[in-house]
Amino acid sequence: MSFPWANHYQPTNPLMKWMDEKLPLPRFVYNAIGAGYPVPRNLNYWWNFGVLAGFCLMIQIVTGIILAMHYAPNALVAFDSTEHIMRDVNWGWMMRYAHANGASAFFVVVYTHIFRGFLFSSYKAPREMIWLLGVVIFLLMMATAFMGYVLPWGQMSFWGAKVITGLFGAIPLVGEPLQVWLLGGFAPDNAALNRFFSLHFLLPFVILGVVILHIWALHIPGSSNPTGVEVKQESDTVPFHPYYTAKDGFGLAAFLVIYTAFVFFMPNALGHPDNYIPANPLSTPAHIVPEWYFWPFYAILRAFTFDFFFVPAKLLGVLAMFAAILVWFFLPWLDTSPVRSARYRPLLRKFIWFGFVPCMAALFYLGGAPAEEPYVMFSQLAAAYYFAHFLIILPIVSMIEKTKPLPNSITDAVLAKNGEAAAE
Amino acid sequence: MVRLIGILVGIFFSGWLLVSLAVGFFTWASEPKVETAEHVFHEHPKALHLASDGPFGHFDLQQVQRGYKVYKEVCSACHSLRHVAFRDLEQLGYTEAQVKAEAATWMVPGIDPVTGEDTMRAALPTDYFPKPYPNDVAARAANNNAIPPDLSLMAKARHNGDAYVYSLLTGYQEQPAELLEEFPEAKTPDGLHYNPYFPNLNLAMAQPLMDGQVDFDDGSPNDLDSMSQDLAAFLVWTAEPTLAKRHATGWPVVLFLLIATVLAYLAYRNVWRNEKH
Ligand code: HEC
Ligand code: HEM
Repeated sequence: MSFPWANHYQPTNPLMKWMDEKLPLPRFVYNAIGAGYPVPRNLNYWWNFGVLAGFCLMIQIVTGIILAMHYAPNALVAFDSTEHIMRDVNWGWMMRYAHANGASAFFVVVYTHIFRGFLFSSYKAPREMIWLLGVVIFLLMMATAFMGYVLPWGQMSFWGAKVITGLFGAIPLVGEPLQVWLLGGFAPDNAALNRFFSLHFLLPFVILGVVILHIWALHIPGSSNPTGVEVKQESDTVPFHPYYTAKDGFGLAAFLVIYTAFVFFMPNALGHPDNYIPANPLSTPAHIVPEWYFWPFYAILRAFTFDFFFVPAKLLGVLAMFAAILVWFFLPWLDTSPVRSARYRPLLRKFIWFGFVPCMAALFYLGGAPAEEPYVMFSQLAAAYYFAHFLIILPIVSMIEKTKPLPNSITDAVLAKNGEAAAE
Repeated sequence: MVRLIGILVGIFFSGWLLVSLAVGFFTWASEPKVETAEHVFHEHPKALHLASDGPFGHFDLQQVQRGYKVYKEVCSACHSLRHVAFRDLEQLGYTEAQVKAEAATWMVPGIDPVTGEDTMRAALPTDYFPKPYPNDVAARAANNNAIPPDLSLMAKARHNGDAYVYSLLTGYQEQPAELLEEFPEAKTPDGLHYNPYFPNLNLAMAQPLMDGQVDFDDGSPNDLDSMSQDLAAFLVWTAEPTLAKRHATGWPVVLFLLIATVLAYLAYRNVWRNEKH
């Protein structure tokens, strides 16, 4: 698990000694996020985002439980109970805005965390399992966020639910019965709202369980680092506490400034005004859009406009949308380069910054734009690059690229950066 | 094997997207672009500045009170305000007694305490603002088949909602001659009214508010423009009565966190002072 030079837990206080014999929980914490866990000394701010994601999960669970105390999952009163929280419940408005903007913050953080994985190939051996569990977490997060957005039962809740569950209707033969079964009816109604509430309450705890596995898996090889060179010696690491607790503390405080600025000063900036109109099955909104964090995948879904022989365009779009995330599961095996960090992979680095990043920016924008030309053409271009990037460019570049020489060790890299000759 | 399948899947998806792109481009380039009247003549809301704007925003209670008066005397004939209760008016600076008296000027549905029959009774502070129509059918019948929407959340339920309401109220005009020339089929149908701020340009509500229609006790200006601003301010309040409290709470929180960030940064530098990284 840990490196041989890790500090050992030695309680001196008699109470802690007693505790260590009966239930070694303090020892566990010490070894997991305390002075007993050696971490590469050269982690940069990209490595802050895992802890931030964990904090977001906590925000969501705490605010969510409080909201659930006042919310009523019934199609007749769901909208009004949300307004009741906003108006009559003490600090209810703060809980609701903290939860809604917390979801957005969570996705910002997790997208950054995932992007760190692309930049430093964190998905590569020996960290495949951390990555695979991460993708599972991301899928669970998407399901949770989708169902949560349905709960206030506004226009976008209703029509979003209708469109997204309608995607299952694209599956041949079983599609329509499946959709009816998922919704408990032909359109979203009380049955759907109730089960979405139940699952929306459950899934964050499932996520919590998978996060524990994710961190467990992380502690086996330990964190990677910006050079991608594995830890070799004691001088490559520092104990997690106090070094990274201090750095994560700073990152957390900075994150909270931005997050609370949204909660208190622009809480509706990321939401859609139509969701302040009660759900109305008889009136379709002009543009049905999901929440912003689904836009890249929504853009891919809508980019398929032509049937492929007997496969209808809609089904292709659905398959592509799921495939867009499922490809992440295969990255550890699609990328064969012996080098991890894009710092030493000049060609891949160019493709990431000048291909993938603009492509994602475009997909984010286009998913929220109306399904009209010229937007659709741009989403076709961006989506084509998206699949090409992971499935064609990455495998080929990783095979043919001439990588830059790696430093001998993390220590060497750090000394070189600080303008000193390598010690050994 | 994974890579081979991956590359094939990639070629399939990307390839088909590029084919769709080519076909889409061809149709887009070859088909004549059809403009619609909405595209050309729809206007974005006019600029509106209210005391509630921005991170320091709070309510101008005098203005919100005037807006309430406009709502009461004009809009309440057709629009409900179902998320607002009379007791909420205390937040506008009225005393408990004033709120009680104000509530009593409204009639709400009730039950006769002796016979149990449906009657109307004077409202109490705990009551919510009453609906002007007993049901949607009645609302449609009275309004050229359109339902006047509830106004409680209107300021949040439209993009830039307060400016939108203000623009809508002041935006009624004759249908421009160029519009009729370019799009003869877009002539405002009978019973609808032209307003360039409304998404499809024609709505079922006739201009509800006119210059001088409401009088204010303190002699505040009662031209259409001023009253429309007052009304927008009122609807910002009905949409989010907690807005001022939110801003007032936000500042200490954000300032505290800013200081915490600086301290955390200094602590971080201090912890790392002897460690190269
Ligand atoms: C005679 C009845 C009547 C009165 C009085 C009236 N309205 Fe309306 N209002 C309507 C109807 C009907 C609609 C629906 C219009 C439509 O959808 O075509 C409407 C719609 C609206 C809308 C929504 C427009 C949209 O974007 O959907 C707003 C805002 C509005 N009214 C504000 C007001 C205000 C403010 C007042 C008071 C100054 C007022 N109305 C007075 C009948 C009325
Ligand atoms: C609830 C969501 C998540 C939480 C709480 C979480 C938590 C963490 C934490 C605390 C770390 C160690 C600190 C760091 O490296 O930033 C970490 C590392 C990692 N996470 Fe996550 N994570 C989440 C989601 C994801 C997702 C969605 C992915 C990928 C799809 C992912 C992939 C990884 C990888 C590959 C590492 C190892 C990085 C390295 O050492 O280079 N995580 N995670």
